[in-house]
Amino acid sequence: MQRHFDEELADLSKEVLRMGSLTEESIFKSVEALKARSVEQANQVITEDKKIDEMELAIDEKCLDLLALHQPMAIDLRFITMTMKICTDLERIADLAVDIAQRGLEIAGKPQLKPLIDIPKLATLAQSMVKDAIDAFVHKDVELAKKVILRDPEADNLRNLVQSELINDYIAKDSSTAPRAVALLLVARHLERICDHTTNIAEDVIYMVEGKVVKHHLETLES
Amino acid sequence: MSIIEVKKLDLFYGNFQALKDITLNIEQQKITALIGPSGCGKSTFLRSLNRMNDLIEDVHIKGIVNINGGNIYGPGTDLLALRKKVGMVFQRPNPFPLSIKDNVLYGLKVHGILDRAITEQKLHWSLESVHLWNEVKDKLEDNALTLSGEQQQRLCIARLAAMEPEILLMDEPCSALDPISTSKIEDLMHELKKQYTIIIVTHNMQQAARVSDYTGYFLLGDLVEFGETSQIFTNPKDNRTEDYLTGRFG
Repeated sequence: MQRHFDEELADLSKEVLRMGSLTEESIFKSVEALKARSVEQANQVITEDKKIDEMELAIDEKCLDLLALHQPMAIDLRFITMTMKICTDLERIADLAVDIAQRGLEIAGKPQLKPLIDIPKLATLAQSMVKDAIDAFVHKDVELAKKVILRDPEADNLRNLVQSELINDYIAKDSSTAPRAVALLLVARHLERICDHTTNIAEDVIYMVEGKVVKHHLETLES
Repeated sequence: MSIIEVKKLDLFYGNFQALKDITLNIEQQKITALIGPSGCGKSTFLRSLNRMNDLIEDVHIKGIVNINGGNIYGPGTDLLALRKKVGMVFQRPNPFPLSIKDNVLYGLKVHGILDRAITEQKLHWSLESVHLWNEVKDKLEDNALTLSGEQQQRLCIARLAAMEPEILLMDEPCSALDPISTSKIEDLMHELKKQYTIIIVTHNMQQAARVSDYTGYFLLGDLVEFGETSQIFTNPKDNRTEDYLTGRFG
């Protein structure tokens, strides 16, 4: 039997999907702005973040209404509470995209330090992890969520690569490159943090679907 | 520690099997809630814990219900002593059309306890235990039917308390009460569990979630799932429990 409540939950799911798409787009645009050294694109990311902030508030409010009015239980309760947590992570991810845009603004007017290779790779990884985590949420796909979690070390490795290259090949050799190198180092750090928040989302999806807590217990992922 | 151990309990009304192979343990000084759709066997199960079903014609029962280690369906069970130990609170408050005082002391009189010092002390203690003493101490001779529904329900619990039972069976004790009165009875249950083991049948799932430590879900005479209340309501293991809790069934 289809419940009226199911329609409300489906609407909520669509809202999260929309917020996820916008967040994913923000990551893409922030790194594009960095690559193109475009002040305009970077400012666009910063301006558009307001929309994501508003979506977070609207989804939170909707969740609170559903909790208060329907007093859901079991999978419904897990779905709504995890939606609230996932939105918080998405909003943080969007804020990190803003941070990347701000780093872009800092170095936009300065000479290019180096061609960007690993940072775009890390950005592509972060973006695809966000997409998969949100798909896993919408389709209640535990296997996809697990794959997202297992990709996190890849992000750590890329961040380490960027970090050692910038420190050893630039800052250590020529301290005048430090402001630009540190900005890029922070970008790598922001992207890696995006992957961490995405991992949280994937862990919440697993709890939502199976009621199984994998957070802080990654060894249980295989079972 | 378990105070009640039910093993392979079957109950038939004539040819109709109302309880099927029920096995579960009830923990001492905890609240256990029994939930499930109408006609699923939860009230029948509750009544089987103090042999109230014996009063219904054509009922036959197989299996074991151990209370404090002794099978209440074994030969030589003293039914009066059993029902003193396992008291029952019903859906509608059912005070006797007597004074408040006589209601509380009714059970004592039945058991021949008439010593004034004891009865006065029991009267005070029982009414105090359900937080009714201050409300009624100046009108103990008034007819119990003059009390509000919620006060009447607390009086019925005080009437049981006077008998110093170990187990309280509650069959939808709040279904005839408004939300404020319900909340008072629920608060009382939390206090009572320091002394008693409580088993409550309720159709109100929020109430089961609020008051109980353990929950059992009955369906068509089967005990589908039994576990800690927080687990049952957030992460039930059986799809049938999940469907019932989320309103997809029942």
